[in-house]
Amino acid sequence: MALAIALVLLVVGSVLFHFLSPWWLTPIASNWTMIDDTIAITFWVTGFVFVTVNFFMAYVIVRYRHREDRTASYEPENKKLEWWLIGLTTVGVAAMLAPGLFVWAKIVDVPEDAAVVEVIGQQWHWSYRFPGDDGVLGTVHSRLVSDDNPFGMNPDDPAGQDDVLIASNELHLPLDQPVKLALRSKDVLHNFSVAQFRVKMDLVPGMVPYIWLTPTRTGRFDILCEELCGIAHYTMRGHVVVEPQETFDTWLHSYPTYAETLVSVPGNAAAGEAAYAVCATCHGAQGQGNAALNAPKLSGLDDWYMARQLKYFKTGVRGAHEDDTYGRQMAPMAMTLANDAAINNVVAYIATLPDKPAAKTIDQQVSQNGERLYRSCGACHGANGQGIQAMNAPRLAGMDDWYLATQLTNFKEGIRGAHAKDLYGPQMGLMASILAQDNAVNDMVSYLNTLENSQ
Amino acid sequence: MTGVAHDETAYAPPSEVPEEELYHPKTFIGKYIWSQDAKVIAIQYSLTAIGIGIVALVLSGIMRLQLGFPDTFSFIDPSAYLQYVTMHGMIMVVYLLTALFLGGFGNYLIPLMCGARDMVFPYLNMLSYWVYLLAVLILVASFFVPGGTTGSGWTLYPPQSILQGTPGSNWGIILMLVSLAFFIIGFTMGGLNYIVTVLQARARGMTLMRLPLTVWGIFMATILALLAFPALFVSAIMMLLDHTLGTSFFMPAIMSMGEQLDYEGGSPVLFQHLFWFFGHPEVYIVALPAFGIVSDLISIHARKNIFGYRMMVWAIIAIGALSFVVWAHHMYVSGMNPLFGFFFATTTLIIAIPTALKVYNWVLTLWRGNIRLTVPMLFAIGFVFTFINGGLTGLFLGNVVVDVPLSDTYFVVAHFHMVMAVSPVLVIFGAIYHWYPKITGRMLNDTLGKFHFWATFLGTYAIYYPMHYLGFLGVPRRYYAMGNTGFIPESAQAVNASITIAALFVGVIQLVFFYNLFVSYFRGKASGGNPWEATTLEWQTPDTPPKHGNFGAELPIVYRWAYDYSVPGAELDYIPQNQPPKQTSQRDEDAQ
Amino acid sequence: MTVTLVFFATLMATIVWWLIRQTADVQPWVADGDARGLANTDHLHTSSIKVGLGVFLLVAASLFALFISAYMIRMEAGDWKMLDDPQILWANTAVLVIASLFFQRSYNAAQKQQFASMRNALLLAGVFTLVFLVGQLKAWQQLSAAGSYLSSNPANAFFYLFTAVHGLHLIGGLWVWGKAALSFGDAQSIRQRVELCTVYWHFLLVIWLILFTLLLNT
Ligand code: HEA
Ligand code: HEA
Ligand code: CUA
Ligand SMILES: [Cu+2]
Repeated sequence: MALAIALVLLVVGSVLFHFLSPWWLTPIASNWTMIDDTIAITFWVTGFVFVTVNFFMAYVIVRYRHREDRTASYEPENKKLEWWLIGLTTVGVAAMLAPGLFVWAKIVDVPEDAAVVEVIGQQWHWSYRFPGDDGVLGTVHSRLVSDDNPFGMNPDDPAGQDDVLIASNELHLPLDQPVKLALRSKDVLHNFSVAQFRVKMDLVPGMVPYIWLTPTRTGRFDILCEELCGIAHYTMRGHVVVEPQETFDTWLHSYPTYAETLVSVPGNAAAGEAAYAVCATCHGAQGQGNAALNAPKLSGLDDWYMARQLKYFKTGVRGAHEDDTYGRQMAPMAMTLANDAAINNVVAYIATLPDKPAAKTIDQQVSQNGERLYRSCGACHGANGQGIQAMNAPRLAGMDDWYLATQLTNFKEGIRGAHAKDLYGPQMGLMASILAQDNAVNDMVSYLNTLENSQ
Repeated sequence: MTGVAHDETAYAPPSEVPEEELYHPKTFIGKYIWSQDAKVIAIQYSLTAIGIGIVALVLSGIMRLQLGFPDTFSFIDPSAYLQYVTMHGMIMVVYLLTALFLGGFGNYLIPLMCGARDMVFPYLNMLSYWVYLLAVLILVASFFVPGGTTGSGWTLYPPQSILQGTPGSNWGIILMLVSLAFFIIGFTMGGLNYIVTVLQARARGMTLMRLPLTVWGIFMATILALLAFPALFVSAIMMLLDHTLGTSFFMPAIMSMGEQLDYEGGSPVLFQHLFWFFGHPEVYIVALPAFGIVSDLISIHARKNIFGYRMMVWAIIAIGALSFVVWAHHMYVSGMNPLFGFFFATTTLIIAIPTALKVYNWVLTLWRGNIRLTVPMLFAIGFVFTFINGGLTGLFLGNVVVDVPLSDTYFVVAHFHMVMAVSPVLVIFGAIYHWYPKITGRMLNDTLGKFHFWATFLGTYAIYYPMHYLGFLGVPRRYYAMGNTGFIPESAQAVNASITIAALFVGVIQLVFFYNLFVSYFRGKASGGNPWEATTLEWQTPDTPPKHGNFGAELPIVYRWAYDYSVPGAELDYIPQNQPPKQTSQRDEDAQ
Repeated sequence: MTVTLVFFATLMATIVWWLIRQTADVQPWVADGDARGLANTDHLHTSSIKVGLGVFLLVAASLFALFISAYMIRMEAGDWKMLDDPQILWANTAVLVIASLFFQRSYNAAQKQQFASMRNALLLAGVFTLVFLVGQLKAWQQLSAAGSYLSSNPANAFFYLFTAVHGLHLIGGLWVWGKAALSFGDAQSIRQRVELCTVYWHFLLVIWLILFTLLLNT
């Protein structure tokens, strides 16, 4: 009896939960409303079966519960009934399958006028490539990928010269324009998925799977990687911004073509020296850092990383948070660098400064905990904390420990890395949550101090 | 093998193997450790499987802590989390459920239910267990090697599984693959036994169509396993070679940690085909025995013959056969040729038809029955309910367009837990309550059993039903932490927390069950030989627990199917399979 | 995966057909007093161990079918370079055929209860198998001497893999052969082992012929 009641309550509860819960598909932002319709059909068919069969079972449990004077009926089988049930089930299945296959035929069939965009995945971030004016994506090869050619472009292919390279986690798409997303991975499997678009697909190294869709709603949507791709899988995120054609065009033009990236001039150290004079007041003439002034060591820091941070300070991506006391001091300083060329120059100058390991200020017994925690960090920053450009992860070993500690805390507390325009900061923010325990930051940094010794 | 001239004296028909021919060990070690008695091997298998299953259960608790209360437990870092997920999934599916259903229930029930003295190849059977144990030990060892266990998900997809950036990409994955290879070898030894025993050693009169459905389920699952495990074996070997000797079966030209690797041309999707060629049959390997067992539980405790026995058998056969042609429904978003979607969506939904028939027939067995709500029956009905729920969500995923938004989200996690972690586990519990009296001669405590049922049944529903809705929201699986997104509301975290609380509750409740198992062994009510008044042969043994050789001096002769309950005109509401029909026994007497 | 699909479809169709044949037209709920009459006694004519071997061969066949379809899929990638198969493989194949023939002879002799000639043929069969295995090793040596290592091309990798797996199956068979060849035990059990080995060797010969054709042509 109790069981029958429980079954009825569970069925009723499930149905109520379904209709009342606020948790449901996010509002759609692409043309694939048909997918939602198929889900709805499936829901009605399966929901009907769920309710009917279970109610019937509950009824049977009550009606035929054990009584001493009852004998069960004897009926080995009833072919007619069974065939009826099979027939009805077949109808139900067909009712779900037929629309499903119909919609799938559309998903498989890319319209002629779809623009092509390449989505490139790697551990653990996204970048994108637009075909440029000729509308053709140039050829690429994974063997060509390197720090100087992160997109693996074939330099000899004329079609590739005008390809627009978006070295950013953020993709923009024009509204109401069908687009085919060609999916390429540089390393392992990933999955490009935007909940609002409904369609998703794996990125498979060695092949180029695709999906297509028409964005139908402006907005900024999350891209999540939904194929387990290693330790930082859950941090592999990006954004897609759907906007009107004009805004989209401006955005696209703010990025360089492949040909343009080839001609960018390297920084001039001599020119940078003058600019560095400002920096030297805090960071020291040799870029050795100054703990008293909260200015970290710069010498030995990766140039690409410094260039990115300087731009962030300049544009308010970093050093704008009100709790970021020292970052706020840095931001106006970065303003003194007029343009990208100035930034590249000063970075080039810093690269000439002698790199002496920073003094250790955190005096703590090296704990096992730090080493254990560093397992995760090492996946990007390298087993020895040497930094890996391809992973966008700067060097940690031999840098100022007190500074690293502050930054880790900032990441953890969302003071750094939470800005919408910060490309890789959010990833670090998610990662820093492993340092939840009070002493974890110190454990970590004291472990980093030992790495420098082994270098 | 055909056309062999036959010498009648050379091979005695198995049902005539005299009792004396079995080798009866005298020592304790011979009897309980190096035992060749299928019943002892069954217990060894079960205890090992449950032991390692508890590890997986604890791991699931830890995972839930992280998901329910992120940023709270610093000992769970992303690597550890992935390692726990992987080991949890792999242990539960392969080392617990497969081993328990086939190695445990298969060994115990096949000989008894077929009316055989033992498995056909007892020595091989013993070996099978020891190789399985070795596989488990290698698996456990992988927790202690440098880098820890592999964290590549139970699907072990390359390239990541063997590259830096994934936990345990060196020793962990190697030990995992080696352990799987041993598992497969051990299983094959056991599997040969189960098949040949069912085919060859049935008692006189036990035609295939008189077998209890439990045997049918295990039999078909074993066929699937024997044919599907080679796919895992093949992929494990090829991946080991890729990892250790630098071949490029699955590895294309790629980067890792900013450096070019030497691989060239391999296909990760090939691995996925091989894996799921094993993986999908695998899920039916754990489902079919559950289907079989639950049919018997329902029939016995409803005092009614199973409804549509023949259809039930054919449904098992059909599901078994179809399960080899649906594997790519796990790969709709894997980048394979999208045209496959049409084929695999169709075959996948077709499987729902025989499965649906089984569900109907369970319910129709209850219908007009005389339902005794014993503890095994409670679990059986709980199974039907959760299986309907989980099976129906399978139809969402099988229909390719619906799978696309839901794949790799918690909807999938909810689906397969409902259909695999809850349903068959409920059957296992039901089966243990049902057969414990035969195994030990004592009943399990009823009150504790009922409590265990309610807590597990309601608790697991509270875990997994809301989880589907996380999936609809788009929460991805295998995520260490969700962080902030623009589309997942804060309240999702509340759902996660409540799931965790329910999971921990259900996990702890299992202690009641283990307590019951333990205490009843010493203090349970004596059960007698046939406490449930069942017809099948295992309840007709002269001794309870059955001795080595099962049936005493003479093997039973079977006169009827396994479902003669409430037969009109019979004295009792059940007639054992080995009870001759009245008129015939009369005739026999006359003849004498 | 087409190979696998076809192979398994055929296999499952056979199994299903067999099972349905056993189970159709039966009214299971009818009890029968004369159980002997009703019993499906067909199965009692084949010894269990032979059925066991048959099932094992199915498992092995499924293993090889999967290897072969992996091969065919991998072949389609651009980097496949056809392997220059060592000529010695032809000789090896001939040797394996001879081994199989000797098993057959031994088998025939066993049927006629001619135990002496059974044993002679058996010994020769084993010796030829050993020669085959040595020949396969030679083939490996020749390949690696020619610079075709395991990891240099998928075609090579599959070559080593296939020959190794096939060879291991033979070595497993030799264990049973050894028992039969050395055993002074009772004639019946030796005879049975001879029968089993014969079937097993024929099976592995067929597998080898398939693999060899495949390796030669691609
Ligand atoms: C015991 C295990 C088990 C069982 C029985 C099933 C049963 C089914 N599963 Fe499930 N499945 C898993 C275990 C199982 N599954 C696992 C472990 C995974 C994930 C693996 C991983 O990725 O880690 C998975 C994943 C999975 C996927 C891949 C999802 C993805 O990764 O994107 C799909 C897609 O098709 C699927 C489909 C189905 C279907 C259609 C059934 C069907 O067999 C269900 C049939 C049953 C019913 C339908 C209910 C009864 C029917 C009725 C009451 C009447 C119905 C009436 C009408 C329809 C009118 N399953
Ligand atoms: C049989 C299989 C099985 C079982 C029983 C379980 C049980 C549980 N699983 Fe399972 N889980 C998987 C198979 C299973 N799981 C698989 C295959 C994966 C995918 C892995 C991957 O992605 O690679 C997974 C992944 C997975 C995730 C997703 C992680 C992620 O993607 O990030 C989560 C999260 O909540 C989870 C939670 C749980 C919980 C809380 C329980 C339970 O604790 C539920 C409550 C307890 C019970 C129902 C009782 C069970 C009792 C025992 C097991 C003891 C054994 C004793 C006897 C049977 C006598 N599991
Ligand atoms: Cu990339 Cu997950
Ligand atoms: Cu499946």
